[in-house]
Formats: sequence, structure tokens, C-alpha cells
Amino acid sequence: MAYKVIHYINQFFGGIGGEEMADRRPEVRGGAVGPGLAFNKALGGQAEIAATIICGDNYCVGHQEEVARLITDTVAQYQAEALVAGPAFNAGRYGMACGLAASSAEAAGLPSLTAMYRENPGLEVYKAGAYILPTTDNARGMGQAVPAMAAFLLKLLSGQKPGDAGTEGYFERGVRVNTFYPEVGAERAVTMLLKKIKGQDFKTEYRMPVFDRVTPRPGVRNLAQATIALVTSGGIVPKGNPDHIAASSARNYGAYEIGDLMDLTSDQFQTAHGGYDQTYANQDPDRVLPVDVLRQMEKEGKIGRLYHTYYSTVGNGTAVANARKWGEEIGARLKNEGVEAVILTST
Amino acid sequence: MKLELHKISVRELRFGETTKVAGGVLSINRDELKALLLEDSALSGVEFELAHPGDKTRIMPVKDAIEPRCKLDGPGEVFPGFVGPVETVGEGRTLVLSGLAVLTTGRLVAPQEGIVDMSGPGADYTPFSRTGNLVLVLTPREDVKLHEAERCCRQAGLTAAHYLASRCKTARADTVESYEFPPLREAMGAHPSLPKVGYVYMLQSQGLLHDTWVYGVDAKRILPTLISPTEIMDGAVISGNCVSACDKNNTYVHQNNPVIKALYGRHGKDLNFVGVIITNENVTLADKQRSSSYAIKLLKMLGAEAAVISEEGFGNPDADLVLNCVKAERAGIKTVLVTDEFAGANGASQSLADSCVEGTAVVTGGNANATIILPPMEKVIGDLSQADVIAGGFFGSKRPDGSLEVEIQAILGATNELGFNKLGAYTI
Repeated sequence: MAYKVIHYINQFFGGIGGEEMADRRPEVRGGAVGPGLAFNKALGGQAEIAATIICGDNYCVGHQEEVARLITDTVAQYQAEALVAGPAFNAGRYGMACGLAASSAEAAGLPSLTAMYRENPGLEVYKAGAYILPTTDNARGMGQAVPAMAAFLLKLLSGQKPGDAGTEGYFERGVRVNTFYPEVGAERAVTMLLKKIKGQDFKTEYRMPVFDRVTPRPGVRNLAQATIALVTSGGIVPKGNPDHIAASSARNYGAYEIGDLMDLTSDQFQTAHGGYDQTYANQDPDRVLPVDVLRQMEKEGKIGRLYHTYYSTVGNGTAVANARKWGEEIGARLKNEGVEAVILTST
Repeated sequence: MKLELHKISVRELRFGETTKVAGGVLSINRDELKALLLEDSALSGVEFELAHPGDKTRIMPVKDAIEPRCKLDGPGEVFPGFVGPVETVGEGRTLVLSGLAVLTTGRLVAPQEGIVDMSGPGADYTPFSRTGNLVLVLTPREDVKLHEAERCCRQAGLTAAHYLASRCKTARADTVESYEFPPLREAMGAHPSLPKVGYVYMLQSQGLLHDTWVYGVDAKRILPTLISPTEIMDGAVISGNCVSACDKNNTYVHQNNPVIKALYGRHGKDLNFVGVIITNENVTLADKQRSSSYAIKLLKMLGAEAAVISEEGFGNPDADLVLNCVKAERAGIKTVLVTDEFAGANGASQSLADSCVEGTAVVTGGNANATIILPPMEKVIGDLSQADVIAGGFFGSKRPDGSLEVEIQAILGATNELGFNKLGAYTI
């Protein structure tokens, strides 16, 4: 039995029309259409296109949730086992659409892939969530792209875990995947060290990351008039941890009103942090979130006022992607509220 | 310094009238061991459980794992400062009950204790699914405060491990391994054609409750220092850690440090293993700068041209790892770093909290944020309700059917940064 595959293409490759048809709503046709015929040939009977989703590029980009839902519904309807999208070459909106299709299918647990030119904007947006193979910048490369995509799709369908990007030829997704090596880490380390000493080629298991650098803002001019907010990664939460912020690898943050509280006390606040000894933070949560000191400064007129709400999460093995997103959200909210400066406390 | 490890293979544990080993079976006199452990007035109770590879058993929260060892002869006694006097160890003969571990569990010391599954998918990630385990379920006295409770649980594990070995002194060893660490005068002249390689052994010392002990001294109070690998085998370095279970170096992995084993394995063939430098991971910048400079200075004094640098923990200690790497490489000493990763559940985030261009050679113990479903077990030793607060678990991690959804961070030793395991990661 051949594996059943759903193929996603745009209005142009679906034979509906060019740019003037880019707003066309999606339709599902049984069997292969356009480049799907070449796929069927390249899949050599081991897999075949069961249905084709044809959608206008503008429509897809403007209705991502709807199209993603259509993809999963179509997969279920045809009992398909994989999805292939494109190839999109250097068509920007088509690249976005193909990335959306392939990553939605992968998120639903389906082997899936697409292909596009290295400068297609869809690549940066979707490479983490989907396997994307390289193509030339225009459709003249169809003859090379389709067999490569078909071969990789069959590999995914066979249940084989793909190797790294360099070996397999897809664009590196930048996603770390655990694996069991034949040797323990210490043996791998000494082998790598001996190669490094001898000047031989060796392959690091992890390329060191490149970090964002944030340029500090100029100081607050008139502190005595300024509204100051407290934000912490030290995990201070109301007693009972109402938002269930996890002890490590937090998945959320909380916003908590302190109203006119002068002092954080152990009967009302605690830490949710699992990365440090909680004893002293629980005894006096001001040690991590210094409400008491800021109230004193407010009284003395050193600062205008302490903002009525503080934000808190647990910074302990927290994914940088989450931290960045939350930082942007919290920053925007505080700015809207007229907060001029934030004291960030960590642990 | 010369040390012989006399290893007796144990494949089964039983409770019995006398503590002894015969035919691969260790019998344990519970009453005698209990009385010994309860000499510590901070403990109000101790119960014993046995767990063997393949059992449908989950043990959690586990604080430490210790391999039973004792001195047969030579100066001092194992675990100096805790069991033995503060006498230099690492010479003579040491008895090892191999294939065996003492695990300590009980009232949670902090949220950072681990899970050990003896079978099922979780068992692949912990070294202690492959050992026969004597589990100490410890209850500190109610009025005992947190830090004292940690101390008494730590001590109980070491005392029990020494007790088991010391009752087996008359048994014949199955294998004898010999390790020698020559005086520097000889070490420097030996194997002139081979590269001199050192080992920078980073010890978790972020404290409070993130402590490693060296001859009874809190590692945050040491300057980096030279130590013989044979001293490590005799338990000169022990764990007092309550950091995330996946990458804390429990006492067992110190005793069986795989980097030391791998360097000995190539010694005289591919390299000249000239020394082990222990250093710490303190939290202040001045401490980080001082310790990294001092550790690399010791490497230079040894004439090392290359070094393995192993980390313990994650986040803050990544800064120590990077400082050690940068200073060594700038001194012309080639490095390989052994670390693990916190790349997010989807693996797409940066894995480390600090970075340097000099870190061109990295070995990883894997992404600790990767999640796993641990199916229900027939028997749970310890307290399953702790799953929600253990680092690596999250709210909702205990599911209605008794299974757990956790990050492998919660599994004891899963992403060990001494390179104890086969687990690693690659980029797709």
C-alpha cells in the first residue's frame, strides 16, 4: 500500500491563474494537480498524492488559522500520512504559505516538508517548524527539486530519524534534538580533544550561541517624579502561586497588584522558583522583590511612585524565546501605563 | 599515589540476618544499619526499600546516589570529613561493591530532587536504572530545619554506603583495577612525545543547598586546587546538591568520574594525563574571575597544552564555564567543554546562558527541557505528589492515570555534564 500524501500548492501552480487570482479561497481536489504529477512519478509507487489543496497566496497569508485548520481537516478526511508543500522557489507569499502548511502538518504529528529558494522570506519564518529543502530561485528548478523532496519525504515516512542538516541537505532548522550516541560523553570529549590537539577536523556537538546585546537606556532624569515598576525573574508570587508558574522552565508569567501594600510578608507572598534555596525568600519576599525599600523611597520623595502592579516569572532554565516574548509584552504594557523605569531583580 | 580498586560485582540485594556478599548477592541486616543511621539525632526514622533493574518501580524524589566503598588498607577512610577522618585518601586498596547504589529519598529538601524509574522509557535516561539500589527513605525530626535536614540526609547516604562495603571486606574481589598518579617530577618527564592534558573539574558551589564538599570543606570556600584522581575515587569530593536532578553530580558520578576514566584510558597511548584541577562555581563576579584565573594558572603550571573542562549545573555556572574556556584558550591551552543544554521544550532556544567564540569544541549531555511521558509504575518509593514542584516537572505533570509528564531535567543524572551518559544532542 502506498502512503497517502496531501499536496499544498498555490493558485498559479494549481492552474487557476496568476496574481489576479491570489485572493482565491482554498479548494481541495482529489488526486494530483500540476507539480503533483511529477511527485507521483518521483515517489515511485511507494507514496502518492491523495488530494491537493489549492489556495490563493494572499488568501493563505491573510487567513492562516483557517488554512491551517483546512490542512488538518483534509489530512483527516483522506487519512493521509504526510504532507508536501510547494516547491515555492523565490515566490515570497507562496513561501510563507508553504511554510505554514508544512509546519502546521508537522505540529499535527505528520511527516511533512516544503522547498524554496534560500532568500525566500518564508524560510526564516518557518525553518524552525518545518523541513525546508533548497531550490533554485525559479520554477526551472522543478526537475531537481521534486526528486529531492520525494526522496526526503519517503525517508520521513519510513520513520527514520533524519540526520543533521549538513548530511540531509535541508536548511538547518536551529532545533536541538536529543539522541543517544554510541559512546558516553567523556569518551567523546577526549576523542574530540585529541583531534583538536592534532589540528585534525572535528565536529563540535554544539555551536556556541550568539546573543542579543541590549544598549542601556539613558538614566531617568527626574526620579522624584517618575513611576517605577518592579519586575522579577525571582519567582515572587502571591501565596499559593495562583498562576501555577513552574519551578523551572516557566511557561508563563504573572501580573500581581500590590495596591498600597508597604511590605511583602511571608503570610501573603512566597517564591515559586526552583533554582535557589527558597528559605530566605519565603521568610521575607522583599529580599527578592524590594517593595519595602521602594515604599520608603516613595515616602522620602526619592521616587515619584511605585507602580501598583508587579510582574513575575521564574528565571530557571527558561527558554530564551519565551523570555523575549514576555519581556516585550511586559515592557509594552508598562510603557502604556506611563511607567518610566523598571527595576529588574533576578536571583 | 597508587590506588587499587577491588571490585565485587553485585547483581542482587536482599534483606538478611547478616550484612555480607556472596555469589553476587548482597544481604543487608536492616536492623544493624538502621541503628547506625539513627545515631544521628537529627533523624527520626529510616525505612529501607530495594529496587532492581527491570522492576516496575519509580523512586522519587531522590537526593543523592552513592556507590558503596571502603578502604581495605592505606591511609584514611572513604568520604574524608564525613565518614573517614580528614586524612588524605587515594592510596592503598579500596573495596567497591559495583553494580550497586545507595539512593537517599524522603521529605523533599528542595524542589530539585530527581526521579529514578527502574524500567520503561524513563529508565533509559538515568544511570541508576542499571544499578541495584538500596533506597533509604529518610525522615528528619520534625523540629529539624531545612539545612540541617539536608545535612543529615547527605550524611546518612554516605554512612550507609560505607557500612555496606565495610561488612564485605573478607570477600574476594572479582576484578582489581590499578590507578597510579606519579609525583610531578616523573609525570612531567613521562611520555615526552605525547601532549600533556589536564582536567578542569568544576564543582557546583552556588550555595545555599547548591554545595559540593571537598574533604569536608564547602567548595565555595576553596581556591582551585590540584587533586589526585585517586582521591576522587576514594570520595574526597561528595555532593550536597539540591540543584536540578539532570545535571547535578551526585556522589556516585564523582566516585566514578568518567572524564578521569577516559583520560586514564588514553594515558601513555595518546596523551599524558598530568592532573586534575578542581574549581568552583560561586555566584559573585569576583569569585568567578578569581577561580577561573587561578584554575587556568594551575593548568599552565602543569605545562598542559590541552584540557577537558566539565561543568555542573546550568545558567549561572555557564559563565564560569565560559571564563575557564576563554582564559585557557587565550593561554594557548586547547579545550573541550562538557555541558548540557536548556534549549526549550521545542529545542529552538539558545542552549547556554553565556557564550564565547573560543568555545569551538563542545560535548553536550542533551537538552534537559525535552519532555517525556513516564508511565505509571506498580510501586512508588518516596512521594509521587512531589512531581509538580520538582524542577523539570510543571503543574499538571502528574496525570490522572498516574503517569508523569516531565522534562528530562527531572530525571536523576539524565544530562550529566561529566559525560557519564550516551545521551547528547544535534542540530536539525
